[in-house]
Amino acid sequence: MPLAEVILCCKSKTNWSAMTTFTETQSIVLQVNGARKNLSIEPRVSLLDALRDYLHLTGTKKGCDQGACGACTVLVDGERINSCLALAIQYEGCDIVTIEGLANAGELHPLQQAFIDQDGFQCGYCTPGQICSVVGMMTEFGKGAPSAVTKDGTANSELTEEEVRERMSGNLCRCGAYVGIRDAIKQVYGGRQQ
Amino acid sequence: MKSAGQPMAHESAGGHVTGSALYTDDLLSRFPGVLHAWPVMSPFAYAAVLTIDTAPALAVAGVVATLTSSDVPGEGDTGPNRHDEPLFPTEVLFHSQPVMWVLGESLEAARLGTAAVLVRYEERTPLVSIESAIQADSFHSPPLRLSRGDRASALAQSAHRLKGEIHIGGQEHFYLETQAAIAWLDESGGVALHSSTQHPSETQEIVARVLGVAKHQVTVECLRMGGAFGGKEVQANTWAAVAALGAQKTGRPVSVRLPRRLDMMLTGKRHPFLTKFEVGFAADGKLEALHLALYADAGWSLDLSEPIVWRAMFHADNCYFLPAVDITGYVVKTHKTSQTAFRGFGGPQGMLVIEDILDRIARTLQLPPELVRQRNFYVEGQTTHYGQTVKDASRIERIWNELKSTSNFVARQQQVAEFNEQNEHHKRGIAITPVKFGISFTATLFNQAGATILIYRDGSVQVNHGGTEMGQGLQTKILQIAADGLGVELGAIRIMPTSTGKVPNTSATAASSGTDLNGAAVLDACAKLRAVLAPVAASMLNCLPDEVHFEQGIVLAAQQKATFAEVVEAAYRQRLPLFASGFYKTPEIHYDPKTGQGHPFYYYAYGAAVAEVEVDGFTGDMRTLRVDILEDAGNSISPIVDRGQIEGGFIQGAGWLTLEELVWDAKGRLATNGASTYKLPSWMELPEVFNVGILERAAEPGVVLGSKAVGEPPLMLALSVREAIRGAIAAFGDGGIVELDSPATPERIYFACSKARGQAEDA
Ligand code: FES
Ligand code: FES
Repeated sequence: MPLAEVILCCKSKTNWSAMTTFTETQSIVLQVNGARKNLSIEPRVSLLDALRDYLHLTGTKKGCDQGACGACTVLVDGERINSCLALAIQYEGCDIVTIEGLANAGELHPLQQAFIDQDGFQCGYCTPGQICSVVGMMTEFGKGAPSAVTKDGTANSELTEEEVRERMSGNLCRCGAYVGIRDAIKQVYGGRQQ
Repeated sequence: MKSAGQPMAHESAGGHVTGSALYTDDLLSRFPGVLHAWPVMSPFAYAAVLTIDTAPALAVAGVVATLTSSDVPGEGDTGPNRHDEPLFPTEVLFHSQPVMWVLGESLEAARLGTAAVLVRYEERTPLVSIESAIQADSFHSPPLRLSRGDRASALAQSAHRLKGEIHIGGQEHFYLETQAAIAWLDESGGVALHSSTQHPSETQEIVARVLGVAKHQVTVECLRMGGAFGGKEVQANTWAAVAALGAQKTGRPVSVRLPRRLDMMLTGKRHPFLTKFEVGFAADGKLEALHLALYADAGWSLDLSEPIVWRAMFHADNCYFLPAVDITGYVVKTHKTSQTAFRGFGGPQGMLVIEDILDRIARTLQLPPELVRQRNFYVEGQTTHYGQTVKDASRIERIWNELKSTSNFVARQQQVAEFNEQNEHHKRGIAITPVKFGISFTATLFNQAGATILIYRDGSVQVNHGGTEMGQGLQTKILQIAADGLGVELGAIRIMPTSTGKVPNTSATAASSGTDLNGAAVLDACAKLRAVLAPVAASMLNCLPDEVHFEQGIVLAAQQKATFAEVVEAAYRQRLPLFASGFYKTPEIHYDPKTGQGHPFYYYAYGAAVAEVEVDGFTGDMRTLRVDILEDAGNSISPIVDRGQIEGGFIQGAGWLTLEELVWDAKGRLATNGASTYKLPSWMELPEVFNVGILERAAEPGVVLGSKAVGEPPLMLALSVREAIRGAIAAFGDGGIVELDSPATPERIYFACSKARGQAEDA
């Protein structure tokens, strides 16, 4: 039962080869895990793609590429960001730390060890983002940054479970390993006070 | 000391926490010159493809090639059984269906290339809703039937009867790693692939089919997957086929990795179901007759829908004896994505219905729902409606009673009643539901597995088997099994990536059977190797071969010992083979798909859960206050892994039942195609109190090391949440029947509460 014949894309007059002239690449220097890295990239390349595709640091994962899952979380000057929503060139001169840079001279960060001890993963795909996010969260918490649970930031100075859930709510785990992740956080930070 | 049974960290734990555990897409930098692929997608859900002009794409900078039907040397179809999934369709059957592909130096170039392609379509009217498809008589297969007794007369004689209809929503897998494959031409004229696939052998088969080559030309390897949940059982094949075709055409490596939005728009999901029932029951709540129609929305192609509907029909009893029953399953064809395997494989939909029915019976008779459930439990010796004796039926009651007591069920029920008495606008509900889940592939032939073990002269070992790792902990368990099987330390063993080049003709890692099948095959290979090594050790240690013990890398006999490596070296010098293959096939299983009768499952995995929820009558918002679980995992090989599976399965099930809602618009477009529109269980949905127990003294004879499968069964424990919600809704009214479609989103809960309040006022 044909409805109507539809011709899609009346684009034959468009000059496609002209439209695909990509923007020019720029040379930038990123400081990643303590090392200076030279890159030649287009300004619109996300930090996530710069890390994965240009620097081959594939520990940082792409779960959605739209800021909804947290798998791409990295630390920039100690603060956590979704690297899929960030442009690499914005971060010249910043100190970027990825999951590959958390261990110190081969010794795991206590949180990395805690994820192993507490089974804080199943497939492991969200894990780098979860770990970086917890590290960033603790910095925020330490500074008294407010959350939906502690709105004025200083009122509640104890890292309660409610606080962890709220502050970690941007990191999805499809395998549902939240219990293990929570216990890993507890192992390292317990009921830490600000 | 044995490794099995010990709590042990995940086999790749160190890699996961440092970011060094590699997934398919992480390998791209190892393939210089790799091309990226993007599909030209139909803007219609149902249309004829009239013409395609690819030339403009080739003019786009960075575009290297296009892939159309004329590039296919073999058969351009990726349908696993029926060959009903054309890679380059002349008729589009779901919205956004790829009609051809563009390869570019970058993903961006490929994408811009697809935008330049000119396609002429003739739009047709799609069948989007399941009802419209039923009306149009649109089915993939004739109806599937399963019956016992004389349902009609039993129904007529029942003291009570109820009729109803329940819509059950589907579920997006949302494995955190989207579909991915990389293909390249290997050094000797074959095609090799890294694929994020649960079923490397089938991926190999489909690639060989499309390329028109024998299977030995194609090698498929899977390192690990970032989640799969059934969504990469057959649905990984298409992307691998496109990559392989591209590699063959261009001579360059080709990567296909679906961005999240495409993954959601193009891949199949858990089947939405429309279910209609009529049930007859006695005054004490005992089921007497059930008439059930299950309509599964299978989408555009057959996929695994038939076995999925069978499993739904097999599990429509859950833990309850159905004296007279008549179930018809329909595989409905709609113009949507091809719905596919998803943890539970139809079982969850079947079980949802019977749990819903039992609650209605309880509320009709004004009996406690848990009492009605318990009265209907199978007892030892009874058979299911498909003719299989329910082995260990008494375990249902045992789990039930243990859990009721550890969860303090009776006292809390009282507290819930008091809370509801005191609160007008917030109500609580508490429910306990059981699970009985049949373990084995329902298609008997898939219940086989192979393994290959290689021992090197230094005593180190490589273990190959057909199973794939997707986070379920299979490799952890295999490592433990192999270490004990050979009597070596864990560190002596390396579990190799799954490859069709190591073990041929494997089954999908699915149906919760990964460890049962592959673990048993690994044990078989270990036994063969020990039979080779024991006489060698015996002559070294001056004893008889059967006096030799292999343990943790030491070979012992009476007071003497040697290292495993020494024995291996001695065996090598005696010119003995230090490799072996193992094989396993599940015994005792069979069934006849014509009658639906037989013994399709080797055993049942049992469990039960208690959930307590609170519902906000103003908004329909729901919180899960507490969950208690008791799961039967047999003799758990890896208690940490099993606990993770139980918790994760439960959370995923609760997501399906309460949050995750798929919406297609009238044109057949998936409106929920991102994490922004499709709500997934997050940290906030973790139950506030969550107690998970594994049943003690529950060894399962005949299964590898007495263990039981644990991948799927816990998902259905989440039905307790749904039943608790219905209990809370009922408390807004006079406690009568609550009709609630699934998922129980705040909207649905809100409207159900309003209805309950209305009924109470009318009464
Ligand atoms: S990939 Fe960045 S938030 Fe999902
Ligand atoms: S461990 Fe799989 S998504 Fe978190």
